[in-house]
Amino acid sequence: MSEQEKRKTTAGGALLRFWQSVSVPLGAVVLALIIGAVIIEVSGASAWDAYASLAKGAFGNAAGWRRTLEKTTPLIFSGLAVAFAFKAGLFNIGAQGQLLFGAITAAWVGFAVHGLPPGIHAAVALTAGAIAGGLYGAIPGALKTYTGAHEVITTIMLNYVAMGFTDYLANGPLKDTSPGNIVARTPNILPSAKLPTWSWLPFGFLLAVAAAAVVWWILQHTTLGFEIRTVGQNPHAARYAGMKVARTVILTMVISALLAGMGGAVETQGVVGRYEPGFNANLGFDGITVALLGKTAPFGVIPAALLLGAMRAGSNVMQFHAHVAQEITDVVQALMLFFVAADVIVRWLLRMKAAEEGEKITLSTGWGSH
Amino acid sequence: MTTPASFANWKLFVKRWGWWLAGAVALAVLIGYYYAKSPQITEAVLASTLRQSVPLVLGALCGLLGERAAVINIGIEGQMLLAAFIAFLVNVYTGNLLLGVLAGVAIGALLGLLLAFMSVSLKIDQIIGGTVINILAIGLTGYFYKVGLSAHGKLNPIPLGPLTKIPLIGTVLFNNPPITYASILLVFLVHYVLFYTPWGLRTRAVGEHPRAADTLGINVYLVRYVNVVVGGALAGLAGAYLSLEAVGSFERLMTNGRGFVALAVMIFGKWTPFGAWGAALLFGFASALQTQLQFGGQVQIPHQFIGMLPYLLTIIVLAGFVGKARPPAADGIPYEKEG
Repeated sequence: MSEQEKRKTTAGGALLRFWQSVSVPLGAVVLALIIGAVIIEVSGASAWDAYASLAKGAFGNAAGWRRTLEKTTPLIFSGLAVAFAFKAGLFNIGAQGQLLFGAITAAWVGFAVHGLPPGIHAAVALTAGAIAGGLYGAIPGALKTYTGAHEVITTIMLNYVAMGFTDYLANGPLKDTSPGNIVARTPNILPSAKLPTWSWLPFGFLLAVAAAAVVWWILQHTTLGFEIRTVGQNPHAARYAGMKVARTVILTMVISALLAGMGGAVETQGVVGRYEPGFNANLGFDGITVALLGKTAPFGVIPAALLLGAMRAGSNVMQFHAHVAQEITDVVQALMLFFVAADVIVRWLLRMKAAEEGEKITLSTGWGSH
Repeated sequence: MTTPASFANWKLFVKRWGWWLAGAVALAVLIGYYYAKSPQITEAVLASTLRQSVPLVLGALCGLLGERAAVINIGIEGQMLLAAFIAFLVNVYTGNLLLGVLAGVAIGALLGLLLAFMSVSLKIDQIIGGTVINILAIGLTGYFYKVGLSAHGKLNPIPLGPLTKIPLIGTVLFNNPPITYASILLVFLVHYVLFYTPWGLRTRAVGEHPRAADTLGINVYLVRYVNVVVGGALAGLAGAYLSLEAVGSFERLMTNGRGFVALAVMIFGKWTPFGAWGAALLFGFASALQTQLQFGGQVQIPHQFIGMLPYLLTIIVLAGFVGKARPPAADGIPYEKEG
């Protein structure tokens, strides 16, 4: 039995492999928190107080857990969206726009469609939201395949377009016209379209975990998943092997965007209860951090999203008790992304070997390739 | 005297520049027509076009300096944002506008150094490296921003003497604040450096074929570092423009996607300074038109749709032109020294 086979079969080997896959993200998180602490101390507050009140706000009681899981849910969806696209070598920064379309569509189905039984109504609204997001994601996919327009720029531009368009809808055709309302928002969705929350556990969180399982299954156990991974690793080889690269690229973007749209629908039906412009403005970028922190693995996305969700959920309490501005979480997040991307730094600190070639992610293949 | 040789030259000239000349004449006629019809609005729209184009052309110059040396910079947005903030802060605490601008340029260069470190030395995926800068800028500006700070004035127009007396052109071109003038000069300067100096030749060699450049003794890493840092300084100048020249204040997320639009401008301009300038003016015109439509009140379109114009234009430009434009051959690929 060779050394490598031994590592694959023994319990010790499994542990070693587990450590190898989580050490870099963990190291990145620790380094980011340390630098964050320095910034907090330099700006005149106590880092210990800040982190302690952050943790207490996020996990201190049932309400904290609920807030954390509510913040985690859309992060899982947007992280999955980014991670899924990564597998095909695509960088979807448009999760935010796709999420907005999913959210407003779910809200519209939620308040405008009457007479459906509770569970069915919720499922219909959720599906509509996911499809709306998915269709919006088809645009950058098609632009990429047929014109070569790079998805990084088109998805960012489409985010701004989505913001404008949903803002228009919430101010115009879909505006809540009940007396007394002057702000841009849709009416409340009907109770039959709502997703339940059992004490601290939102149903949406379970949906997010299920979505991660489905994504894992698609990637590992279907022909489509195989094609997506092949296209991501080597589009030329995929084309040579007779795969329809163009179709795979568009389908990947649609599924990726479908996940983001579903995240928006879950947020609307489970937390907000209607559509209002301006919520979760940075989810697209957050999804990138989540996906990379989770090493673009569907089940890695869940703990990464939980970490960011906890930071988001606890930051109010931190600002209130430790007088540290909430935005420090953005700074820490950027540092996490930096260290997880610059894994050589973390590996050097942990005295680990450099990443193998296959583990590296390469997206910058120029503006007009594929 | 019309000798056959100069006649052939003339034909060549027309063949090469004919469409450009026709376009320029058509544009001049169009502007003249509108100027005769409503001088104030025409002057306002053209002046606004030029001003709106400033951060875009500076951002595009930043992008193309990097990409000519094969480093993709998707962090221009973040460089502009943090530079706008630092320029504003320095102005708030020192009361000096020039110091503010210099600080903005310096912080842009510093972020350029960070990007160069990530993409040239650490060989991180360049798009992720730029994204780090974008998120970092959003976080730092959000964290350190305090409501209620106000800048000490802003950069005012400097009329260039008798030149301002020329109708239309005088008010549009020769009565601008300093960074607007600087951006025009920089277009010429970057063009000159890129195509008429040894450094420019080295830069282009590194962007097209780094291995060959290395064999000839060019320090690939150094060229990439310098270009990305200088580019960062230009993005920093664009940031200072936003906070100290255009608005005279800082707002959260005030760059509003301009850094990304600048990349589209760069691609539309086919990685050349003059091309980028033309593209930036086109985008500036779209923004100016947007303001005019919004406040002119002649057209009844929801303001959100008018607000989408520059972003839709970016998508159309990318979809329509990127297929014909060719980026530097080694664009986005980290260079690994052999042996």
